[in-house]
Amino acid sequence: MIVNGEKTVWKAGLTVEGLLKAGNYRTDRVAVEKNGKIVPKKNYATEEIMEEDRIEIVSFVGGG
Amino acid sequence: MEKRIPCREDLQNALLARCTGEEVEKLRNAEVAVAGLGGLGSHVSVFLVRAGVGHLHLIDFDKVDLTNLNRQHYFISHLGMDKTEALKEQLLQINPWLDIRTSCERVTEENIPRLFQSADIICEAFDRPENKAMLVNGCLELFPEKPLICASGMGGFGRSNTIITRQVGRNFYLCGDGTSGIEEGQGLAAPRVALCASHEANQILELILNDTKKK
Repeated sequence: MIVNGEKTVWKAGLTVEGLLKAGNYRTDRVAVEKNGKIVPKKNYATEEIMEEDRIEIVSFVGGG
Repeated sequence: MEKRIPCREDLQNALLARCTGEEVEKLRNAEVAVAGLGGLGSHVSVFLVRAGVGHLHLIDFDKVDLTNLNRQHYFISHLGMDKTEALKEQLLQINPWLDIRTSCERVTEENIPRLFQSADIICEAFDRPENKAMLVNGCLELFPEKPLICASGMGGFGRSNTIITRQVGRNFYLCGDGTSGIEEGQGLAAPRVALCASHEANQILELILNDTKKK
């Protein structure tokens, strides 16, 4: 799988929530796209990631 | 001395000196919603109005205070005013014929459908990362067909060329350096915030002007 443009180790059963946890992301500050489509927050725990998927994790920082 | 307010035609003709009739028409018909009227949103709005965007929806619950003056497009005379009203007053000084709608309220997951339904393009210009994420998730879920322009990473000073615009998804654009947040204690200063606001406004203009199918 590709995460933010980089080839990343995948394992069967990986969910969006699992990927975010492994990367120490704060789920209340991110938006996640899978293959160009937004993954709804309520689906993070159940949304499975396949080996061929492309994931974009945008993690927002403060300021504006 | 009393100043004459220029008529609509005079302002249109002034724009025509800088761009084509077709472009002026597209800009005049476009509706952009700006969520958050701080350092990003106040500048984005000013840039869009100067460029000729005809319909703006300004959204913020906050009032102008002293800590805003280091980077936001407000003046001493605006202190204590709702940002929606303070910004509207300035924008009408640039184009009195502008169609401005204001919503002085906090954006929540619940009111996203109502607030952003009519906009052609949505500009995220919040301060807090949780609010940025909430708006982005809500808008991409509810309105995947609407372009959404966001900002993240404009803290500190210098490093002008690290601020970029990146297309993350089909209708999802992200401006900023991605990493310089206020969390690292870098503070926020006008130049980098306005740089990031310029990126947002410039991307919005590009989307309006390149959109051949709309209106």
